Amino acid sequence: MTSMIEVSGVSKRFGGVVANNQISLSVPSGRITGLIGPNGSGKTTLFNSIVGFHPIDEGSITFEGKEISKLRVPQIARLGLLRTFQQTRIYGKMNCMDNMMISVPQRRMPLSRMFVKFSAEMLERAEAILEFVGLYQKRYLPAGSLSFGQQKLLEFAMALINEPKILLLDEPTAGINPTLINGLIDRLRRANEEFGITLFVIEHNMRVIMNLADNIYCLAHGEMLAHGNPGDIQNDKRVIDAYLGAH
Amino acid sequence: MTAIGKKRRSTFSILGQLAILVFGVAAPFLFPAYTFQIAMLWIMILFALTWDIMGGQMGYNSLGNILFFGAGMYISAVVQIAIVYDVAEYTAAFGAIKIDFTTAQYFTGFALGVIMAGLGCAIFAAIFGSMVFGLRGPYFAIGTLGVALAAGELVGGWDYVGGGSGISMPVYPGDVQPRALFFYFLCFISAIATFMFLKWVYSGRFKTTINAIRDDEEKAEAMGIHTTRYKVVAWGIAAFFLGISGAIFGNMIGFIEPLEVAFPTITLGIFMVVMSLLGGKGTLWGPVLGATLFHLFKEVTWIYLLGWQWVALGTLIIVNVVFFQQGILGWAQDKWPEWFGIVVDEKMSAEQETAREAAQ
Repeated sequence: MTSMIEVSGVSKRFGGVVANNQISLSVPSGRITGLIGPNGSGKTTLFNSIVGFHPIDEGSITFEGKEISKLRVPQIARLGLLRTFQQTRIYGKMNCMDNMMISVPQRRMPLSRMFVKFSAEMLERAEAILEFVGLYQKRYLPAGSLSFGQQKLLEFAMALINEPKILLLDEPTAGINPTLINGLIDRLRRANEEFGITLFVIEHNMRVIMNLADNIYCLAHGEMLAHGNPGDIQNDKRVIDAYLGAH
Repeated sequence: MTAIGKKRRSTFSILGQLAILVFGVAAPFLFPAYTFQIAMLWIMILFALTWDIMGGQMGYNSLGNILFFGAGMYISAVVQIAIVYDVAEYTAAFGAIKIDFTTAQYFTGFALGVIMAGLGCAIFAAIFGSMVFGLRGPYFAIGTLGVALAAGELVGGWDYVGGGSGISMPVYPGDVQPRALFFYFLCFISAIATFMFLKWVYSGRFKTTINAIRDDEEKAEAMGIHTTRYKVVAWGIAAFFLGISGAIFGNMIGFIEPLEVAFPTITLGIFMVVMSLLGGKGTLWGPVLGATLFHLFKEVTWIYLLGWQWVALGTLIIVNVVFFQQGILGWAQDKWPEWFGIVVDEKMSAEQETAREAAQ
């Protein structure tokens, strides 16, 4: 089992606050890995460090064996490491198809390709992915007019058309109604199995993450608390204490 | 529904383009007394269109785009003089030297000047862009305004290009009437060329990408988009066409100087922003519509409301930004969304649609 992302000894401080302290983890290729922890435990900070949103204070992050901790956000994204945001970010004024077209990958794009029209093939692919997430009928509506749950699905569809090797999802089910959650879990799993995209998921909903992930890391107070398969994590006393606040 | 909307839109677009072409060609013959004013209209349309690339489509409100207009003017002046004479001597004489350019010399120099103005300004844009693209929002606006104001002052102190006294441009080898028509049609063609070029680049990846930078630059970066590259190219396109318009305008006026003609930051430099806002920024037709209405309004008030013309213009701007922030086209799009293709597709799904087509 090769690892796709290897985080070793990463620390990140904001002034006096230690958001991540000596975090090490590895995300195995082709699998679904979960990241849990109470609010403020440093999960999103770790995501931001991995995608190059801010520099890390110490440690190293490698992606497919390549050191990426010094690279900038767009460079890392072009390597095939993509993230979605906790506060869903889509282009509200544009319609869904335009949102999809923006996300067509730009890796190894020569200068002359800046002005090309979108090919029929690319439009078809966008429609197919929108259909996959269930937004086909709304594809010409401004994305801002969709419900919050649908916007999350659109953001997920945008990530898919970018053909990432790995997708970092920050709370994909937050704010979505329970019926839609089942559909989303199903689609995440299919993205993993059918498109071969490795997933690394932050999630608060225990039912979701226990169903979805093969192995789970748990953070608390910026430290790595536990690691194991869903069964181990569910029965780990330290994890339960961290969530219930017995510290 | 979408197809109908699209069809109706393209019919309007084609009719609009035809009307403009017919008017543009016929205008100087129908209204010979207004040839210069109508030529200015084409320059204003070009201004609004080029401002909108950055301000409307990309969300970078530049207040200094007039820089490229002036720079283009000076680049072409220097090139046109330099091919037959020493520039420093020519400008030092304050117009006392009258060189007789042969017809061939004049047109060669002019053509070369226009091309160099366009290319030179595009290169300027790339250089300035790398300095100011780190700024966002109001800081970018003020930063670019500062660059344009400084450019006027710097050129005013630079004796090689005549300093504050400016440059008398080479004299057109011909009569007054053909000269007016020559420059009129150059203004017309450059505006049409700008429109057609933008229509082409707005039909594909370029437009969606710069729109993405406008709406959420951080997200665009997170998707791996080459944001810096797009920003530089967008400004380069604007600068290229502005440089060309500056070169043509300088020759049409016949005399250029830094503050009023080449770098009129607080008049033309601001008008280009107002025109885009009036018509509807972030659309292809908005700047054309806005520039036309603005120019008409300005010319009419300058004639019939003299003394109050700036008050009238100020009122127009206030009404625009308070009540019609999205401009005329933006307002129309809100009122009749289906005309712009914003609809729910009644088809159930792509698969069913294919199945239905197969069945038929």
